Amino acid sequence: MAEHFIDIGGRRYRFESLGALMAAASPRRSGDELAGIAAESAEQRAAAQMALAELPLTTFLDEPLIPYETDEITRLILDRHDRTAFAPVASLSVGEFRNWLLSERADGGTLKALAPGLTPEMVAAVSKLMRVQDLVLVGRKCEVVTRFRNTLGLPGRLATRLQPNHPTDDAAGIAASILDGLLYASGDAVIGINPATDNTGTVVTLLTMLDEIISRYEIPTQSCVLTHVTTAIEAIERGAPTDLVFQSIAGTEAANRGFGIDLSLLREGQDAARSLGRGTLGDNVMYFETGQGSALSADAHHGLDQQTLEARAYGVAREFSPLLVNTVVGFIGPEYLFDGKQIIRAGLEDHFCGKLLGVPMGCDICYTNHAEADQDDMDMLLTLLGAAGCNYIMGIPGSDDIMLNYQTTSFHDALYLREVLGRRPAPEFETWLESSGIYRHGKGIAFANALPARFQHVLADAGAPT
Amino acid sequence: MTQRDSRSVTVVNPWRRLRDLTDARIGLGRAGSSLPTDAQLAFQMDHARARDAVHMALDTELLMPELDARFPLALRLHSQAADRDEYLRRPDLGRRLAQASADELARLELAPSDVSVCVVDGLSARAIHAQVVPFLDAVLPAIERLGLSLAPVALVEQGRVAIGDPIGEALGARMSVVLIGERPGLSSPDSLGVYFTWAPQSGRRDSERNCISNIRPRGLSYANAAKLLAYLMREAQALGASGVALKDDSEVDSQLGDGREGNFLLPSQD
Repeated sequence: MAEHFIDIGGRRYRFESLGALMAAASPRRSGDELAGIAAESAEQRAAAQMALAELPLTTFLDEPLIPYETDEITRLILDRHDRTAFAPVASLSVGEFRNWLLSERADGGTLKALAPGLTPEMVAAVSKLMRVQDLVLVGRKCEVVTRFRNTLGLPGRLATRLQPNHPTDDAAGIAASILDGLLYASGDAVIGINPATDNTGTVVTLLTMLDEIISRYEIPTQSCVLTHVTTAIEAIERGAPTDLVFQSIAGTEAANRGFGIDLSLLREGQDAARSLGRGTLGDNVMYFETGQGSALSADAHHGLDQQTLEARAYGVAREFSPLLVNTVVGFIGPEYLFDGKQIIRAGLEDHFCGKLLGVPMGCDICYTNHAEADQDDMDMLLTLLGAAGCNYIMGIPGSDDIMLNYQTTSFHDALYLREVLGRRPAPEFETWLESSGIYRHGKGIAFANALPARFQHVLADAGAPT
Repeated sequence: MTQRDSRSVTVVNPWRRLRDLTDARIGLGRAGSSLPTDAQLAFQMDHARARDAVHMALDTELLMPELDARFPLALRLHSQAADRDEYLRRPDLGRRLAQASADELARLELAPSDVSVCVVDGLSARAIHAQVVPFLDAVLPAIERLGLSLAPVALVEQGRVAIGDPIGEALGARMSVVLIGERPGLSSPDSLGVYFTWAPQSGRRDSERNCISNIRPRGLSYANAAKLLAYLMREAQALGASGVALKDDSEVDSQLGDGREGNFLLPSQD
């Protein structure tokens, strides 16, 4: 391990390895302090950022943070690295790379072509030198478009995952949240349920139910039941109508082993979903979730900071051409991201790093009840991610996930962002919303007391008193 | 502005009636596109309550007699996290036993047993106070029917899920069952989680456990949770493993049915 150092005003700041330098340069967060790798002082952090700025980007190709021999994610990153794509920035240092990204030379087309030439470590390194406005500005330049039954990630668009979770997977309870979401114009990214159990039979039933709802109401979207990839493969073998295969992923081989997965299992899941050929516009069939702190939580962090490891998870994601990837930024708890300030910055870093690597980033803008955060913090992150061009956010009734016990963005929150920033739903879904009389861009929700025709039967069918 | 005027600018959602079907905050209505004032204030109140639940202390005086009555021996143990603040910042300490507790376990001279049960405060002591006794009364008869023997039960303060590993290991148990207060939700500050681990020992990964979540009167019932746990115990013995290797293929009585029953979005079309 090579030592790194920098001399500033007669004082020498030493960092015992590249990983230690990256960790010290990382903006403050509780997870790195928990791991005992955070900067010892604010001054040491600033010095580490100066040292990092001087490093050539090629350092990250020559000095893997986790050895090539022992970690399949490192092998994936280095084996897939595209030297030709890397050429335009190959001679830059990390600090020069920041300037280049902010300059007019880096436009959407340039950044798209560059993505295969960047490694997660390069992207993580430059993010550590960036302010919130830099993360927003560069994130906004990146365009990552994906397709299954609609088109996600186009400029000026913002999609939502309709998340109709119910603590006992009750069909009527799930249906009530789906109805609420659709009538609040949510669900173009996916209608995705976190089931209460990993029971394969339950998963098959939920997939069948979602498939029937999507086809009966002719909704141009896709469904997903967020279960372990092995359960999804089993459900496909049992004939379940599966659009997307979900998996939580992390940035080290050992952390992924903690999730019970490896790259070959993810490949199997992707092949299984693609074999069904259910996408009408594209074959992006994977849905991944990530979050800073997952590797430390699995005791598989190799002494590296959580933000760098998170970027490596996007290195895993992009190998499988996913439809959707989102960081579940505040879900993991205060031991990794202590308060609103840390959650906000992490959400923007994750979006920036993912997009720069060519990953279709969304964000679960969220917090738990044991974190020092509240709705005001989420409004700030929501607005900033909207400005940064985030592909999608979550949508849930009144921000309260009654199954996972945390708070994420509501259907109302997405409408707020659409109104304030002029963001439109995915084009195919927008057409459906308009023809259904639910929502019109620039006007908002298009009905008041009388339900749109397509849904007028539901209150009678629910047996609710009128 | 009069109250009448203020109401007329708020849109009420007719499907709000469907709240009989779910605790989810559906049909909140809107002021413009935003949350109406009443929904906004109700949320703030629930958030305040959930925050308070995180900081409530475990009532060991209440629980020890209940555990004594149901197990051959009940132990009071503590993690290495001294208090709630340290617990929240240092999950690693919550997974390890305090030295005094480890010594206490080491002093016990016990024959090996089948099942170690740990009752752990986790993030909601309120869940432990409300759900542990009725859940035990549902599951202990099932464990007995399986012919499994019980190790001493441990009541653990400031603990995380993995603290069941060193405890089960020290007790020489073949499997570990951790009953723990889950992170409080806005609508469920009292939800119990159960984690099942075959061959407990320090260093087990989360993928080597099975989880049963949301056990509370308005969530998963005690009876169904007990049935699922008994199924896991039976299968783990056959397989010699728990976690992702042990697929949950049980035929639990779910409220899901075929997904059409009661599902007003999918009325029969004949």
